[in-house]
Amino acid sequence: MAILVNEKTKVMVQGITGRQGAFHAARMAGYGTRVVAGTSPGRGGSEVEGIPVYDTVEDTVTKHGANVSAIMVPAPFVKDAAFEAIAAGIGLLVIISEHVPVHDAVDIMAYAADGGARVLGPNTFGIIAPGQCKVGIMPGGIYRRGPVGLVSRSGTLSYEIAGALGEAELGISTAAGMGGDMVVGLSFVDLLRAFERDEETECVVLVGEIGGAAEEEAAEFIKTMDKPVVAYVAGRSAPPGRRMGHAGAIVERGRGTYEAKRAALEEGGALVADFPWEVPGLIASCSRD
Amino acid sequence: MKLYEYMAKEVFHRYNIPIPDGEVASSPGAAGEIARRLGRPVAIKAQVLAGGRGKAGGIQFAPDPAAAEAAAGELLGSTINDLPVERVLVEEQLSIDGELYLGIIIDPASRGPLVIASARGGVDIEEVPDRDIIREPVDVRWGLFPYQVRSITSRMGISGRVANRFAAVAVSLYRLFRREDVILTEINPLVISGNDLVAADGRLTTDDDAAFRHPEVPDTEERTGIEEEITDLGLSYVPLDGSVAIMANGAGATMATMDILEHFGARAMNFLDVGGGADGEKMIRALELLARTKPAVVLINVFGGITRCDEVATAARDVSRRGVLGDIPLVVRLVGTNEEEGREILREAGIPAHSQLLDAAREAAQLAGGNVGGGGDLGDTR
Repeated sequence: MAILVNEKTKVMVQGITGRQGAFHAARMAGYGTRVVAGTSPGRGGSEVEGIPVYDTVEDTVTKHGANVSAIMVPAPFVKDAAFEAIAAGIGLLVIISEHVPVHDAVDIMAYAADGGARVLGPNTFGIIAPGQCKVGIMPGGIYRRGPVGLVSRSGTLSYEIAGALGEAELGISTAAGMGGDMVVGLSFVDLLRAFERDEETECVVLVGEIGGAAEEEAAEFIKTMDKPVVAYVAGRSAPPGRRMGHAGAIVERGRGTYEAKRAALEEGGALVADFPWEVPGLIASCSRD
Repeated sequence: MKLYEYMAKEVFHRYNIPIPDGEVASSPGAAGEIARRLGRPVAIKAQVLAGGRGKAGGIQFAPDPAAAEAAAGELLGSTINDLPVERVLVEEQLSIDGELYLGIIIDPASRGPLVIASARGGVDIEEVPDRDIIREPVDVRWGLFPYQVRSITSRMGISGRVANRFAAVAVSLYRLFRREDVILTEINPLVISGNDLVAADGRLTTDDDAAFRHPEVPDTEERTGIEEEITDLGLSYVPLDGSVAIMANGAGATMATMDILEHFGARAMNFLDVGGGADGEKMIRALELLARTKPAVVLINVFGGITRCDEVATAARDVSRRGVLGDIPLVVRLVGTNEEEGREILREAGIPAHSQLLDAAREAAQLAGGNVGGGGDLGDTR
């Protein structure tokens, strides 16, 4: 098994006729993901790479049973797209789009809670269950299937670590991106809880970064977990008061520092790597225990 | 976008939050003129986007127009915490019977607005003990009700007319927080003056990602020339104080590159995230701009997902061929999508490419004169 997605997942792509939407829909399908449909208002009835296009999300649900949406529309249209998906009964929204206004993200999360939908992102690379399902923009080839759960705020850094795990012949059950924005849907705690319950997952790698308090909240939850957690946190050398690429990656007024996150994670019982390439070794050391 | 105090107050005023009578001035003469119109003692406040402005001498008081003109003359053209003072706000001096604090932020933990209040205003909220701070999350589906504010004021220990005024200000502040796409606003102090409350100082930061629906908000960002040009390319750039120029893809990976450099005793000169799928032309332009910052070495670190290694390699080759970098050494680490093609391009151009970040960072640090020997235990370097 995996968390949130698996080989039965039926994915639809909102914004499938856009440059990014078309490119990634084809790559997801090429990976073996069941990409059943896409939407593009006004373009219903056409096809993209053999995938049927509809005007509404509702059509993709009633005609194809879509249950996960990859949202790749331009930022100003994300709120409408997300509300449409929630209203149509989509269970998991994966919001890939960057630069979504934070008040739109706040509204999306409130409506998703009402509608019983879960949200990854905005500004996430997506989620992949290696060999089963890829919903997102990550390079599928670097992931090997196996017992490690991976959750990250950052895309490329998680690829770096997935690649290092692969070279060490360690596979991944599911790799999920929370998104780099200030307000995102599923948190580290939500994803750690899912990994704790997942039979295929034996241990979890958490990739965090400076800013906010998500790692500190995760550390509290890790105290209650049976499965070991290895963590890496980026941004040790970043100066305070500057936003480091991600909207959420900023040390403000002494909060969200590397030192505080590292101390909290260690106190919570996680092994904290100094460098990305140390992660596989730390996993090997905790599975020997 | 951080707004200047006078801009924040203009927004407060539009939403019926009382502000002191006053105007902004960019010359001493204009400041004196405003003081004359106000006809009473004034405060002259430097308009800079820096905390600790009062302590740094950025706020002065003047009993009459001549003193106001002199104070403005002192402040205009000076610097407060390294920021140039181009404008001053000239305001009536308030009679102060008490100082409160009121702020609203976006709270990542509750995924929504959080109202923060304290009866101990007038000092940095960070210096107020936690027990004196009230925090109230707001459900955006319903908004902020006056009854919620009554609960806040009751916990603050204020009542009567002041509490009612406070509720009115809080509800207005919440409304503007939502409508104007604000991510942080603060009224500190919210001054009790007789029976009224007045926003004596104000901070307001709006969401850059929502700027498309607020074309009226001016750009207050103070960027250097190169920062501006790289930002205009749609890339994410932050100038830093080291000597190694970095170009990497992804915010987390770029930060990790900086961290590893620092471990080797070198410091990054910038944070530059070219993101996923940046095209070759943009990368070339970004490298040209980086070269102008005169780094000791340029380090490119790319783990290609969407970004294709052959495009990165082509950009590196072209930059090197055009002699843009002069004698600045270039260190490249390249793995991922189309890695082989990328390496081939670099090989032909005579640019060595690393596959391990560790090796690339070490070499870059060495070239920048870092203390590489002091690297210590690096563990498993696979």
